[in-house]
Amino acid sequence: MAAPRPEVATATATATATAAIEARALRRRFGAVTALDGLGFTVARGELYGLIGPDGAGKTTAIRALAGLIRLDGGEARILGLDPERDPSVRERLGLMPQQYSLYRDLTVAENLKFFGRLSVLPRPVFRERADRLLAITRLAPFVDRRADQLSGGMYKKLALACALLHQPEVLLLDEPTNGVDPVSRRELWELLHEFVEGGMAVVISTPYMDEAERCSRVGLVHRGRLLLEGPPEKLLAAFEQAGHPRPTFEELFIHEIEGAAA
Amino acid sequence: MSATAPAGLAITARGLTRRFGTFTAVDRVSFEVEQGEIFGYLGANGAGKSTTIRMLIGLLQPSGGTATVAGHDIAQRPDAVKASIGYMSQKFSLYLDLPVMENLLFFGAAYGLTGKALRARADELLERVDLAGQGEITTGDLPGGLRQRLALASALLHRPGVVFLDEPTAGVDPVARRTFWRLIRELAAGGTTVFVTTHYLDEAEYCRRIGLMVDGKLVALDTPAALKKTWVPDRVLVARGRGLAAAAARVRATPGVRAVAPFGAALHLRVDPAALDAGAVAAALTAAGAEAVEVEEAAATLEDVFLAAVARGGQGAAPAVVGAP
Repeated sequence: MAAPRPEVATATATATATAAIEARALRRRFGAVTALDGLGFTVARGELYGLIGPDGAGKTTAIRALAGLIRLDGGEARILGLDPERDPSVRERLGLMPQQYSLYRDLTVAENLKFFGRLSVLPRPVFRERADRLLAITRLAPFVDRRADQLSGGMYKKLALACALLHQPEVLLLDEPTNGVDPVSRRELWELLHEFVEGGMAVVISTPYMDEAERCSRVGLVHRGRLLLEGPPEKLLAAFEQAGHPRPTFEELFIHEIEGAAA
Repeated sequence: MSATAPAGLAITARGLTRRFGTFTAVDRVSFEVEQGEIFGYLGANGAGKSTTIRMLIGLLQPSGGTATVAGHDIAQRPDAVKASIGYMSQKFSLYLDLPVMENLLFFGAAYGLTGKALRARADELLERVDLAGQGEITTGDLPGGLRQRLALASALLHRPGVVFLDEPTAGVDPVARRTFWRLIRELAAGGTTVFVTTHYLDEAEYCRRIGLMVDGKLVALDTPAALKKTWVPDRVLVARGRGLAAAAARVRATPGVRAVAPFGAALHLRVDPAALDAGAVAAALTAAGAEAVEVEEAAATLEDVFLAAVARGGQGAAPAVVGAP
């Protein structure tokens, strides 16, 4: 619990055989809607995996399944080799930021951070250092005394992200963490994520931002509960260019693939 | 004092200010927006964008300054302002348990439309936002992108001359965003003025002009192309190769390097053009341990502008506002 980053990094050497995050042929229906239809991917330690896809593609359901929050109709989810639904020891090694993140609305920014720091039992100096860094990155430092319910949508999201990043877990699942967050903070948050990942953390992040997709080590394009395309962003773009689309953007690739799958 | 608007201007703001206690959310902001213009209003979270909009649409009294919207003074005639504008907020206020058509009829009635005229206008708008024939669907069952288009339609029922869109595309996927922006451009082409905030800087490229807010102040206002020229005199480079992440930290300290950011497997760098070129940066990265390094020049983006403006604006050394119409 609350292992500082270097320990996470040394763990990498002994645990490379097991993927940090595994989604094996995930299936899940909600009534008439098939949310997951055999979705599978794996993420190694030190890898930042982006889940992209249109609204309703199954990204959120996949993240919830990996966090052990929903029962699957078929397939298996594994975090560090463990079953997140049945093995409670996963919880300590896993961080999750859902789309609707609950903060205490009547507490201030500083009080929320302190509360979540206590939940993950961080030693005081470690908490202080991380909280200060996260406040600087999110540009929330001038607003530490403002109550959470007085923050704008983007600021609330940034505070939620700061709370989720306080205890640097081995595996981090982020469901659209940057919607409404401004470009300066987004860039700084991505630098922080890259730093975590270089320290051995495994991250799955879903995002509607294609510039963020390009900052992932690998991306999976999800459509109708299945993987449509997967690979390092620059390789996907190079293949798309070779297929006759000069100087493509990732957005063009996304639209082409989704419209091709819909046709 | 009542402000009057010159013809052809949809919005004028003169020294517009709003304080909350000792906090100045909007600080002497002045600008003009022409009729039929798509005007982008950008800034970090908490920079004062939504507060400006709330003043311009008559929801919040300014602490100082004046503004007109669609020819009406916002302080003197807030009701006339409200009747002549459309507003779509970050969280669209649609009734999710009502069918699509009933949402439109409800908002239309709130604007004083009735009977056949309202029904006809609702049908026309559903067609316009590509939701024709979907009036009976429960709004909550629509995917986010369609809900967003319905929210736009509900803001257009009373044919407003000026439309305020506050982060209309947050969390929307690229296919839906592209459709939404086609609708915005059609709207502007038909003469409607669009005042829009966004954190997607690729969208800001669609705006004719952009205002950049930093800590309550408007620090820049110009076309996207002119902003890039003014704010990013740096050379922008993209480096590819192996071991870049480890080399990045060391290269950041090289004289002439102004910013280094990872971008997928690549690195984006901004450098002083007088001090460094692509070859020199490739050599520095190689010396720092990276292998098979290739460095290319790239065009500055609005994100580079945004980062430069926020960094400089915060130190009070922003260039003067240029390019007012």
